[in-house]
Amino acid sequence: METLLQQIINGLVQGSVYALVALGYTMVYGILGLINFAHGEVVMVGAMVALSAIMLLINSGLPPLLVLLAGMIVAATACMALGYAIERVAYRPLRNAPRLAPLITAIGVSIVLQNLAMIIWGREYHAFPQLLPNSPHMLAGAVINEVQIIIVLAALAVMAGLLVLVHRTRLGRAMRAVAENPAAAALMGVDINAVISVTFMTGSALAALAGIMVSANYGIVHYYMGAILGLKAFTAAVLGGIGNLRGAMLGGVLLGLIESLGAGYIGDLSGGFFGSHYQDVFAFFVLIAVLIFRPSGLLGERVAERA
Amino acid sequence: MHMPHTLQTLPLVTLCAMALVACGKSGIPPAAPSPAASELVVKIGASAPLTGPQAHIGKDNENGTRMAIEDANARGVTIGGQKARFELLSEDDQTDPRIATVVAQKLVDARVNGIIGHLNSGTTIPASRIYNDNGIPQISPSATAVTYTAQGFKTAFRVMANDGQQGKVLGEFAAKNMAAKKIAVIDDRTAYGQGLADEFVKSAQGGGAQIVAHEYTTDKAVDFTAVLTSIKGKQPDLVFFGGMDPQGVPLVRQLRALGLNAKFMMGDGGYTPKLIELAGAAAEGTYASLPGVPLDQMPGGKDFSQRYEAKYKQPIQLYAPYCYDAVNAMIAAMQKAGSAEPAKYLPELAKIEHGGVTAKIIFDEKGDLRGGAITLYQVRQGKWQALQTMSGAPAAAP
Repeated sequence: METLLQQIINGLVQGSVYALVALGYTMVYGILGLINFAHGEVVMVGAMVALSAIMLLINSGLPPLLVLLAGMIVAATACMALGYAIERVAYRPLRNAPRLAPLITAIGVSIVLQNLAMIIWGREYHAFPQLLPNSPHMLAGAVINEVQIIIVLAALAVMAGLLVLVHRTRLGRAMRAVAENPAAAALMGVDINAVISVTFMTGSALAALAGIMVSANYGIVHYYMGAILGLKAFTAAVLGGIGNLRGAMLGGVLLGLIESLGAGYIGDLSGGFFGSHYQDVFAFFVLIAVLIFRPSGLLGERVAERA
Repeated sequence: MHMPHTLQTLPLVTLCAMALVACGKSGIPPAAPSPAASELVVKIGASAPLTGPQAHIGKDNENGTRMAIEDANARGVTIGGQKARFELLSEDDQTDPRIATVVAQKLVDARVNGIIGHLNSGTTIPASRIYNDNGIPQISPSATAVTYTAQGFKTAFRVMANDGQQGKVLGEFAAKNMAAKKIAVIDDRTAYGQGLADEFVKSAQGGGAQIVAHEYTTDKAVDFTAVLTSIKGKQPDLVFFGGMDPQGVPLVRQLRALGLNAKFMMGDGGYTPKLIELAGAAAEGTYASLPGVPLDQMPGGKDFSQRYEAKYKQPIQLYAPYCYDAVNAMIAAMQKAGSAEPAKYLPELAKIEHGGVTAKIIFDEKGDLRGGAITLYQVRQGKWQALQTMSGAPAAAP
């Protein structure tokens, strides 16, 4: 019983991280119909920049929480600039090109970012300083620490904030308009380029936040950390229905739970025939099963292919 | 906390400039001026992961190899009466067995005289076939899987004890010295991690310990909470991980965070300064092994580590001294044969006796290091402390 509860907590924490990153994929897809494969690397850059900023400030005598906050602001700003630059350089010139072209530049951008990070921050793993209290709390026999609680709460808060932004504000209305029909939105006086830029910047700021969360949780930062995380988050976004904010959240949490319960029980349930290394296979199997019955994901809406 | 000094001061603007630098071939040194007519150019191929999760260990290998080559050029080596100049051709295999074979072919096509590599067993084994088919001698500094030298390839050598020996020693230590009764095993499903874990299991069971769980992960994973939670339910008193330090660090942290009080043990993949630096307090008490004797007891260990740190401004990560020895053993064989032709110096390499930094390098008939020792270490007060050195000599060795 404790094991089950612990596995659910593990899954929720992991899933919340996936969800935070998945929101970035889904926002961009919702508006541009583009899969921004460089998003995982933006997460990594966020973590790296935050680390640099924190290392600069850590001996300044400021309280740790303030240092973390400063690191977060610096990282979010840097990532917003990066997100803007990526869109401006790699995607905007290709907006009317065949769909495959921006996909290729997206992969290109992610390779460039990864290698740049390797040159700047080096090949080695860096320790991410522990600025948040990290003491374990017992919860009916299961263990959870503050960082993990914060990750889950932050994911929920961000998600709520985004829903308000998209559905209650003027900017959100413009975003939805661009998503629905860019040409018509432009005719109605919406500055499409500005809306798209803001979308990229918002997604990138979330990526920075996710990067810091992951680093604080695992305590290590590495230039390669974005690749796998990005792939998993993308899977989560597709699972939940890419383009749908609630879907990204649901997909992320579901993927986290599937992985953790899968890895935890698959060995015992199959009598050792399948080991815990099948956890990814298990997750992707669920993804395929969902896509067979609901091709647009769990919460995705079936939209007509845009010209 | 080691941070490159450039990190804090580097303005974002310079990124673009650095990108341009990155476009140049980073692995291959710039073409030297055309050699004098009497000069013999010897190309040493090297391969290790220079990108990806194990890039820091791969770069360490490259540094060790490069240092040996620069030393040889500085002291001036003559082969068969001709002055030799050594060139390093370093390739990134990305820890990927498929890329390793591509890289191997590339090095063969570049007509290298010998290979130092690869780092991982998973890449070394598929690549070794290509080197063997082309008759190019290969010395792996760090591939420890038994299979590597058991394929019957005349060209395959290694300069450290294999996992058959290492797993056996670790398993015996766990069962006898640590008196572990219930052991949980995790491996990363690479040729190295799986091979080492399997040997460990055999030996630990032989010593009377019970394997209560055998779980698996990958060499790219960072989250092990699910696997560890499932292990926790089985209450082991020792957790053994067959894998490298990029997984070892988060694994031991999560192990402690979950409140698992079992002891933690790894093979040579865990014996790095990074493991302690990154895992912090969680690393305390961790056991790991490394083929060979401790660095300060190696014949040339102290001197080597000082020169390494002066040159690269960082401590040795793991296998650099072994790479250094591998290169020098190869050069010694070339000198003895009076030729850098692979076919001519290969027989000399097989019977070389080279007093290296790590140990005396003598190969047995399979290409394994003869009489390789294995040392067990434990993290005590934030430092790796040698516990004991055991002979890893296989029973079958003559």
